[in-house]
Amino acid sequence: MYIGRVVGSVVATIKIPHLEGRRLLLVDQLDPDGVETGDYDIAVDVAQAGPGDTVLVLDEGNGARQILGLDPGAVRAVIVGVVDQVALAD
Amino acid sequence: MKFGRVIGTVVATQKYDGLEGVKFLVVQPLDRDGNPTGRATIAADATAQAGRGHLVFVVGSREAAQALPDVFVPVDLAITGIVDEVDREGARPGPGAARRRPAPLGRKDATRTGRRTATEGG
Repeated sequence: MYIGRVVGSVVATIKIPHLEGRRLLLVDQLDPDGVETGDYDIAVDVAQAGPGDTVLVLDEGNGARQILGLDPGAVRAVIVGVVDQVALAD
Repeated sequence: MKFGRVIGTVVATQKYDGLEGVKFLVVQPLDRDGNPTGRATIAADATAQAGRGHLVFVVGSREAAQALPDVFVPVDLAITGIVDEVDREGARPGPGAARRRPAPLGRKDATRTGRRTATEGG
């Protein structure tokens, strides 16, 4: 899992059935200090996240399928939480 | 999933049995700003409607095969959607903006009209 920031959304009329009715959000990956790593993901949102939110992203297929109730399911990245705070030891 | 631009097609008459009817396309991976990054790869088209010039998103690794009719097939990258629009917050242009400019590599732009034409052509 990693922490990311929602920077937008993706609209696609033509997509695989596994993604029908799902919200696809564009997420910039952050390191634990909140700095962008340069990597990104298009993730399915199940946490009602919105633009600007810091989020927790699952990036693993089996967990994603379980959350979304899909089998088979071609989904890896899922936004599973909205982060309030990250506290790091000094 | 990541953004990619379809830049070509692959024809393979002889292939693994479960891959019959699956279309393979050459996809250039894009970074978060919509610029080409890394080497072009081959993806199975799980939408069955993608064509040259389209801005698409792809899923990799084990999940790629899960997008296809037969899930036990040797595929590690699949096109799972064709992008209509990317709504970005803030100033960064992003792939949505890139789509409205001439497409990279001189390919046809991925407008709705272009998509239909490209699909018919492909």
